[in-house]
Amino acid sequence: MKKSLVAIFLATVLAVNCFAVNKKIVMDGSTTVLPIAQAAAEVFMDANKDIEISVRGGGSGVGATSLVEGTCDIANMSRSMKDSEIQKAAGRGVIAKANVVAMDGIAVIVNPSNTVSALTKKQVKDIYTGKISNWKQIGGQDVKIVVISRDSASGTYEAFGSLALDAQKVRSDALTMASNQQIAVTVSNTPGAVGYVGLGFISEKVKALSIDGVIPSKKSVLTKEYVYSRPLFMYTNGSPKGDVKKLIDFIKSPEGQKLVDEQGFVALK
Amino acid sequence: MKKIKEQIYKILFSVLAFSSLLFLIGIVFVLFWQGLPILKNIDVVGFITGQLWYPTHDPAEFGILPLILASFWITLGAMFVCVPLGIGSALYINEIANEQQKSILKPLIEVLAAVPSIVFGFFGMVIVAPFIQKLLNLPTGLCAFSASLILGIMAIPAVCSVTEDALSYVPRSFREASFALGANRWQTLTRVIVPAAGSGISTALMLGMSRIVGETMTVLMVAGGAAVIPTSFFEPVRPMTSTIAAEMGEAVIGSPHYHALFAIGLVLFLITLVINVIAEIISKKYRVKLGLSR
Repeated sequence: MKKSLVAIFLATVLAVNCFAVNKKIVMDGSTTVLPIAQAAAEVFMDANKDIEISVRGGGSGVGATSLVEGTCDIANMSRSMKDSEIQKAAGRGVIAKANVVAMDGIAVIVNPSNTVSALTKKQVKDIYTGKISNWKQIGGQDVKIVVISRDSASGTYEAFGSLALDAQKVRSDALTMASNQQIAVTVSNTPGAVGYVGLGFISEKVKALSIDGVIPSKKSVLTKEYVYSRPLFMYTNGSPKGDVKKLIDFIKSPEGQKLVDEQGFVALK
Repeated sequence: MKKIKEQIYKILFSVLAFSSLLFLIGIVFVLFWQGLPILKNIDVVGFITGQLWYPTHDPAEFGILPLILASFWITLGAMFVCVPLGIGSALYINEIANEQQKSILKPLIEVLAAVPSIVFGFFGMVIVAPFIQKLLNLPTGLCAFSASLILGIMAIPAVCSVTEDALSYVPRSFREASFALGANRWQTLTRVIVPAAGSGISTALMLGMSRIVGETMTVLMVAGGAAVIPTSFFEPVRPMTSTIAAEMGEAVIGSPHYHALFAIGLVLFLITLVINVIAEIISKKYRVKLGLSR
């Protein structure tokens, strides 16, 4: 009697699961786009109770691989897809389509106790490629520079490499962190540190430097005055359709762009 | 009817027993199958002794010497922490603690083993690293030293429980004979009991070492991640395990980067295999020397 009750209960639970009507959208990839994706997902799910959105972040590279393998519907990326990724996608029958959802500036941040407030593009490149190792060489205190970078899965890493370093190698003794947030936390804890994060990750705990005289801000990114400006993408398989299209249209709409702005990034208009 | 049931059980249990062997063979096969293609891009010597790890650069560079050395240094440092603390606590619990202390200490050490490694990593990154940074006036607390400290603490329960079991297997007659010959407790402990439990203690150390070498999440968060040959213990380093964890998610399947990561896994596997084989050899030598037929 007891055994058959347990069996019936299990069968019912499993059967009910099969009838679950929640449609699912999976977003994966960039940790820069992550706050935008999460904010949009929350508002979207409130307005559409039958759609379930899950957002993951492992870096733009992870998003690209995920889209190619079909394990996500939207790949958040803070860089454009590489040719090799597009080819791999085509080989699997996935046509990667880019949808620009916001603009972003990569800010170079230092600890608030650092006396340096401005750098030139060349100085940033020299710090990150290993030519400058002490803050006193660029007018700061006599403190060793602790260079912080991202690991290779990061779109911000690739974007910074092409915008700031002219595709040269980051110095081999740079620390590597897994996300924008981790860089922000480490820079705020380490007096001699320098790191790079998306605009939305600047807070009072870190100091954003002006590069070539331009302070990173929404205005200077929109007018392209700030040198490290870049678009943020959401890649889909082919043109967005159905619920995915609804979500991306929502993010591009004035209401969605307001969320982008609230998260600290730059809205498209 | 009963005979058939027995046969079925026999077959079922043999299948279960051999399944672990099957998994092991499967893992080794995949490591070789996916790891060896990296030899199309670089030769074995270049891979293992190369000093630059830039797998996504154009042209890519696959030298893993800094990664191997980082794993080595962190393991060495962690052993310095877990050997005295682990064996010391086992000796205390087995020989010196009274029943009441034993009943508190043993469960507490087991609880330390139950803490997930990500919690250790988080604790290390947020509390230990800034503390060490301020204490020793370092540029950053995310270094090999912090990682070794935390990994050593993580390995203590493993080392302690196996050592404690080994010590308890030493026959009472050894102890009694030693006392009868006039040795005091310290002499008995260091010259009779510990050598007699030698095979068990070396097994415990090897178990701790394997655990430390394979630890991923903690070193990912605490060691700093700089793929450079360490010149001091207080510099950020990047061991092999955290390299695989950080980069596997984005490596396009079938790319040289992907094969390079599998090759690192293969190297890691071979290192752990060598450690275990050495442990077996040492432990056999101890057993033969003492005439213990276990």
